[in-house]
Amino acid sequence: MVSISFPFSMILLIAVIGYFAARRKAIAMVKGNLRQLQALPQAYGQTVFFTTFLPATVILLGWAFVVRIMGPSYALISDGLFQVLVIITAAVGAALSYLRVKPSQRARAISERWIMGVLMAASALAILTTIGIVISMLSESAIFFRQHSWSDFFFGTVWAPNFRGGSQLSILPLLWGTLYISFISLIIAVPVGLYAAIYLSEYASPSLRSVAKPAIEVLAGIPTIVYGLFALITVGPMLRDFFVQPLGLGSSSSSVMTAGLVMGVMLIPFVSSLSDDIINAVPQAMRDGSLGLGATKSETIRQVVVPAALPGIVGAVLLAASRAIGETMIVVLGAGAAARFDLNPFEAMTTVTVKIVSQLTGDTDFASPETLVAFALGLSLFVITLGLNIVALVIVRKYREQYE
Amino acid sequence: MNLYHSKIHRSLLVKDARTQQRNNAELRFRAYGLTAVSVGIVALVILLVSIFTSGMTAFQQTKLQVTLELPEAKLDKKGQRDLVAMKKVTTIGYFKVLGDGLIAQLERLGIETGLKAKEVREILSKESAATLRNAVLADPSLIGSTVTMEFLANGRIDGYFKGRVDRASAQLDKNVEPGQLDIADALAERRLMYTRFNFNFILAPDASDQRPEAAGLGVAILGSIYMMLVVLFVALPVGVAASIYLEEFAPKNRLTDVIEVNISNLAAVPSIVYGILGLAIFINMAQFNQSSPLVGGLVLTLMTLPRIIIPARAALKSVPPSIRDAALGVGASRMQTVLHHVLPLAAPGILTGVIIGLGQALGETAPLLLIGMVAFVREYPAAFTSDSGLFGEASTALPVQVFNWTQRADPSFVERASGAIIVLLVFLLIMNALAIFLRRRYERRW
Repeated sequence: MVSISFPFSMILLIAVIGYFAARRKAIAMVKGNLRQLQALPQAYGQTVFFTTFLPATVILLGWAFVVRIMGPSYALISDGLFQVLVIITAAVGAALSYLRVKPSQRARAISERWIMGVLMAASALAILTTIGIVISMLSESAIFFRQHSWSDFFFGTVWAPNFRGGSQLSILPLLWGTLYISFISLIIAVPVGLYAAIYLSEYASPSLRSVAKPAIEVLAGIPTIVYGLFALITVGPMLRDFFVQPLGLGSSSSSVMTAGLVMGVMLIPFVSSLSDDIINAVPQAMRDGSLGLGATKSETIRQVVVPAALPGIVGAVLLAASRAIGETMIVVLGAGAAARFDLNPFEAMTTVTVKIVSQLTGDTDFASPETLVAFALGLSLFVITLGLNIVALVIVRKYREQYE
Repeated sequence: MNLYHSKIHRSLLVKDARTQQRNNAELRFRAYGLTAVSVGIVALVILLVSIFTSGMTAFQQTKLQVTLELPEAKLDKKGQRDLVAMKKVTTIGYFKVLGDGLIAQLERLGIETGLKAKEVREILSKESAATLRNAVLADPSLIGSTVTMEFLANGRIDGYFKGRVDRASAQLDKNVEPGQLDIADALAERRLMYTRFNFNFILAPDASDQRPEAAGLGVAILGSIYMMLVVLFVALPVGVAASIYLEEFAPKNRLTDVIEVNISNLAAVPSIVYGILGLAIFINMAQFNQSSPLVGGLVLTLMTLPRIIIPARAALKSVPPSIRDAALGVGASRMQTVLHHVLPLAAPGILTGVIIGLGQALGETAPLLLIGMVAFVREYPAAFTSDSGLFGEASTALPVQVFNWTQRADPSFVERASGAIIVLLVFLLIMNALAIFLRRRYERRW
């Protein structure tokens, strides 16, 4: 453990003192005649502040994180000594930059270079996150594949974890449930979302549009746990009592259909807002040309606007598919936990995300393949959704350029 | 005679078959569109109605008033009012005293029961014994006197007053007897049992499986607030800094291109993947405390960052170049131009994006399940302790509490879960209203 609060407050204190001291020094050196300074007095202060604060803080936080990860035994020096060293770093930074303060110093440029460094570090965090995701899943998956055969994972047909050993852990039955549910949700969301977008952008009166568009967008703002509960307490029992049991199709309230229906509703606003953007990007001249030749509005839409927008719509559908595949709470509460290949959509089936949750919650032993399989599942999920996203983004981007 | 001549006799006002067909197709197409819009709106209405009808009752709770003696012989045998000795009497002892008090009260009121003493006692929530014990330990002088206090009724009795339980279902239910419902009716008639607004639902911590009537959202709300603070204080500065760099300073090269594609991809990565990241890096590698709002907040921060950067960049982009040119023209540096002129003008747009991102983070459940926030937590987490650091104490979060309650056996928890969703939606509504207000009030159209 490295304590952070004390050295951090000391660094901050030194930096603030340095700021005011440098400002005073700069003013004093020109005897108050500010026009002889290269920069405003506060720029000298800022230079000292950043030179003091940033390197010491980066060392402090970086070291704390390294010690956290490697364990205290890897800390080469004691915590107390390290604190002293960090505070000395700050003090040295303050002293050196304070001594450099003179009227001819280009203080603004220096302080702006520090700010630029901070901005660049912030944008690099996006890359770090991705690296973190990949490393965290790769390293644990590697342990999993050392304990469990990869051919069973990718090509086996049975999901039967057994904590006494001899588990069969195959992704295929889970992938089947995932794709089946996603398929049903897309069958609902794509036509409804697309037609809603077309109606709202081409036909609806401004007053209807001003009510209906926000209402559909509200659906997008509702957390997925709400949809999950909706599937669990309303849609599932209703499907079972009024449809599935009377027709003798099954007896379970959690099923592929329950999860698919609710997920379809969740994806409607997603598809409709993406398609809306894409349809609006089709140039008006193309519509005018078609209408001028005597086509009706619907003919124009079906034969001109939609074909022109098709690549973008395909991209939107792929993005929706990636959302559906990665969705967790709706399937955890609505789809069930049984891993099987079945065509009956009223049977309970399970998905990749459900199994990630169930293998990683509760008492978990991070040495057993039954737990580690979750990381391999997560990695597969990441690769699948990443592939879909990249293809979709490329298509959407290409399409946008076409009409710009 | 050719085709042209055959049609010339017709009036222009009569549509021919093909025009009719085309017009019908037009009408059908419009009808499909209207149906699609209504499907969306109807789905929204059904969703909200179903959650609200099953959840509103969670804000009401059935309580009963009991006037009882607190016998010294049972609660403090030594009679010294020594807290250490008094704490040896557990809630089981208090439950007996309380049950006897209730039976005596029923006799005084002349309510015939015909039930066993145990069954009469079970009208009270198991939590009520703890309520009584805490009251006595807080004020030992109560012992020996007669007090009138309010206690929670059992979950099934509560369900009876909310229409979830009736005599027919009570007959089949092991946990409640029709006779208990008769007593409840008799007490309600004398205004000793009543249903009131349930402050404890919002303030109290979670309760165990057997006492749904006592379960509350206090810990979950506190945990969610802590996590939102972490997200706000980390994601806001980092997100704004990253979007300033990418939008205003980044050179067009391979690296920045990679970063840009990366950010749009990160925004579309399934949220559960962030949970795996948090579990592997923050908990397994860095040994942060499981279930702590700090880890939850950091995971949500990583998830929210791209969702903040994208609208923030759009807001920066919408500031017209003339503003930048004017600032540069009077001698400002590029950094000064951005920090003094562009950023303040883009601030409302950036803040709107941040609030919407925070709203998404508030409702996110899946990653939090993986970092152990499903734990059963009854202690309010402290913001800072020297042992576990900042936001390091175990906690739950609002959406996770909903999930947690859906996994409980007792059906009364369904009402609680829906009620918790209503609380969550109210928070989201406030945040989105704030975002809309900011946009309307401060955003400038150029």
